[in-house]
Amino acid sequence: MLADKDRIYTNLYGHDDWKLAGARRRGDWDGTKDILANGRDGIVNEIKASGLRGRGGAGFPAGVKWSFMPKQSDGRPSYLVVNADEGEPGTCKDRDILRHDPHKLVEGCLIAGFAMGAVASYIYIRGEFYREAENLQHAIDEAYAAGLIGKNACGSGFDHDVFVHRGMGAYICGEETALIESLEGKKGQPRLKPPFPAAMGVWGCPTTVTNVETVADAPTIMRRGAAWFAGIGRPNNTGTKIFCISGHVNKPCNVEEAMSVPLKELIEKHAGGVRGGWDNLLAIIPGGSSVPVLPRSICDTVLMDFDALREVRSGLGTAAVIVMDKSTDIVRAITRLSKFYAHESCGQCTPCREGTGWMWRVMERLTKGEADLAEVDHLLDVTKQVEGHTICALGDAAAWPIQGLLRHFRHEVEARIAAARGRRAA
Amino acid sequence: MSPPNRNVDQPASFAFSAENQERAKKIIAKYPAGRQRSAVMPLLDLAQRQNAGWLPRAAMDHVASMLDMAPIRVYEVASFYTMYNLAPIGKHHVQVCTTTPCWLRNSDAVVDACRRTLGIEVGETTKDGMFTLAEAECLGACVNAPMMQIGDDYYEDLDAESTKRVLEALKRGEKPKPGPQNGRATSEPIGGRQTLLAKSGGG
Repeated sequence: MLADKDRIYTNLYGHDDWKLAGARRRGDWDGTKDILANGRDGIVNEIKASGLRGRGGAGFPAGVKWSFMPKQSDGRPSYLVVNADEGEPGTCKDRDILRHDPHKLVEGCLIAGFAMGAVASYIYIRGEFYREAENLQHAIDEAYAAGLIGKNACGSGFDHDVFVHRGMGAYICGEETALIESLEGKKGQPRLKPPFPAAMGVWGCPTTVTNVETVADAPTIMRRGAAWFAGIGRPNNTGTKIFCISGHVNKPCNVEEAMSVPLKELIEKHAGGVRGGWDNLLAIIPGGSSVPVLPRSICDTVLMDFDALREVRSGLGTAAVIVMDKSTDIVRAITRLSKFYAHESCGQCTPCREGTGWMWRVMERLTKGEADLAEVDHLLDVTKQVEGHTICALGDAAAWPIQGLLRHFRHEVEARIAAARGRRAA
Repeated sequence: MSPPNRNVDQPASFAFSAENQERAKKIIAKYPAGRQRSAVMPLLDLAQRQNAGWLPRAAMDHVASMLDMAPIRVYEVASFYTMYNLAPIGKHHVQVCTTTPCWLRNSDAVVDACRRTLGIEVGETTKDGMFTLAEAECLGACVNAPMMQIGDDYYEDLDAESTKRVLEALKRGEKPKPGPQNGRATSEPIGGRQTLLAKSGGG
């Protein structure tokens, strides 16, 4: 188990003062000026060496992403945009950073913003997190008042503003280009790439969009060194990670653990085990609703990291672990996700707009067995017509849960169709 | 429903209060010069808060003129985002999350408790205008499932009984304490946190 001394989010549960005084006591804002004195390249190289990969789902190497920002301005300002539009079902980690450790994020904005040469950070927080936005704004106000951000931030000679922008209830705005559109005051519909945000993002300026946890990890990595972070977890899957464990466990919770922790150990040590014991486990969605479900046989041994979960054709995603015991109607559980994606499709691309609704309607019939066996393959075929054929990854995210269901629980779907046929015959 | 909503009585005019005018100015100042359109979402939210929780056409037009936007661009935004209400709404907007992580923890019982306690179906408003009941997609509090949002607050770790208790308190005009309703403080495991036990934490 990860030692407390190696935990970044020391006020994860809000048991200590989340305001500036408490944050300083926990080590935030300590020697920030010296960190900035490493220079842009010094910070980017340290983040690269730490192996930090983006915590929002895609797992792109953070230091590499930051290095895409222009070294010299062509007259346009650069911006850091923090993605706090947390909405992936199962995921509630950024919420705890925003409400309980907001200074880690604000300090991270300064450090990451400096490394990118950004004039300002905009933190895009989901609208429903109203209380969390209040805490965050309070932390920002405190940081301004203490001279930590704004003009000559921390006495470094670097100017950096930090602003909060509240979303208004659209899952799609967690997609980086939809988020940029939304920040510009438009409907949140994703943009085609290229141009990539680092070349042309918000207001046509170079922009990096990155997850809350990634940014908030940065100050501690700079303080303790890349080697410390890289020494936790496995190569290419380094550091600590906040895991959200929900569903059929005895003690659902958020916890910061070492990357690559075995899934079974994570659940048994921190979440009180599966309801009714490990043998009562049916399946787990290991990384938020978008990633394919895993049957118990894989859950027995799989490690919680990017590479291990990809090897079993799922993903770490946001590290949101949704546990389902044997009482679960697995077809209905996945169908509810299909409804979610149909609700959240922005409507821009035909395969997603039409496909998510179509897949949901077929899934609703499959939960009752009211379908022909041939429709199972037809559904699988449609998921593959949606996957990869849309501007953003929402189409993929709608397809994968169904593909996972049919990969591991096709027998359950087919048995249900047979049972319904039997009922009709009787 | 496309705004402005023709099925409801639309007030003839809308203007920000003096206090909200000041707030609006501060919001617009957050964005670079010439990019005032970025303020459309927060300004619509401000207008909705001033107007008992819903957005009439006049408010959208007012925001459009303030930001030098074509009204249709504001209507597009107002109809795209689910947190804008385009018709009058109850004083307490009760939104129960029913997405899979909440459903696994029996959000069905929470929805049922709301229907029974309020005497309305999902999508309806009580006759006295006090409560509107809705189902919501994932609200991002999954380790505290099942949960509901009422106004700006989250009520978490619910069951049928605690759901009823919260709603009955609101009916009496009280303000029930937000957060977990089962004795937890926040997102720690029930019974107390197993990590971060040193007084000042690590780091």
